[in-house]
Amino acid sequence: MSSLSGNAGTLLAAEEWHAPGLWLFQWKPLVEIGPFGITKPMILAFIVVLVVIGFFWAAFSKPQPVPKGAQMWGEYAYTFVRDQIARPMIGKDGDKYLPLLFTLFVFVWIMNLMSVIPLAQFPVTSRIAYPAALAIMVYLYMLYLGFKHQGFLGFFKNKLFPPGMPKWIYIILAPLEFLTNFIVNPFTHAVRLFGNMFAGHILIAMFAITGYHFLVVAVSPLGLPLGIVGAVMTVVMVAFELLIQALQAYVFAMLAANYIGGAVHAEH
Amino acid sequence: MGLLAEVSGNIGSIGYGLAAIGPGIGIGIIFGQGVQAIARQPEAYNLLRQNMILGFVFAEALALIGLVMPFVYNATG
Repeated sequence: MSSLSGNAGTLLAAEEWHAPGLWLFQWKPLVEIGPFGITKPMILAFIVVLVVIGFFWAAFSKPQPVPKGAQMWGEYAYTFVRDQIARPMIGKDGDKYLPLLFTLFVFVWIMNLMSVIPLAQFPVTSRIAYPAALAIMVYLYMLYLGFKHQGFLGFFKNKLFPPGMPKWIYIILAPLEFLTNFIVNPFTHAVRLFGNMFAGHILIAMFAITGYHFLVVAVSPLGLPLGIVGAVMTVVMVAFELLIQALQAYVFAMLAANYIGGAVHAEH
Repeated sequence: MGLLAEVSGNIGSIGYGLAAIGPGIGIGIIFGQGVQAIARQPEAYNLLRQNMILGFVFAEALALIGLVMPFVYNATG
């Protein structure tokens, strides 16, 4: 199967049970164009882009007074992002940033969802580059909005010197706030999504390999219960991952909204 | 002084165990207090859930960094 060409060999060559490792995530290029290799995650990301564009097109290009089908789902998701993410995190003017947040939410969610779609079965966001690119985008946008709404110095002043503290504490607080707001936050923004999808994929793969190994490759009376546990847990973990994927997309969009909100309004 | 004790196998798993202690306590506190707050004031559920998840993701970040670091270390070393 071409979709497995990257690393199925590692799995099938294993005579004894091996825990899944980094090789799960290292894909050989399927097509090479000059210095660039097109790998499976890239193709999946491209498919996700097409799916998201197609869905938005179907949902919002010809709005009907009575929504049904794609438009109904689209509007349902839109209202969810507006009422649960944009307005509570940014405030009354949160609607202005809804297109970005809504797209982020749906895009990240569908990328995560690729983890459980048959034949795809790889969460695109478990390659650090994809969440990192999105997080950098949000970070730059946050800086731009902060400079625009609070001024260059004002933005740093509001971020580094939150009001209402004794004067001497700023010596400790300002460097910490700088570290938090400008280095740790964008880093964890990307790593959180990446880490969750990475761990989830490894967990599913570990149970799946256990089930496959003890039920198919090396059947033995002692291994049989272990194999059954592995197979059952694979199904359970897939269900659990469905929850985590939606939650992480929600959290990613919520943090983006949180950072944007902090840039638009000074903390008070 | 020579070697007193040695750990063999994957040290990364021990590192992850250590990294998970703090976030484990933190997430426990967040959800424990959150559920208590919801029980006391069910009408504030939306606001509380939002802040619970926000606190949860900030605490969880540390555990995730602990999870990822052994792989990074293994990949380079």
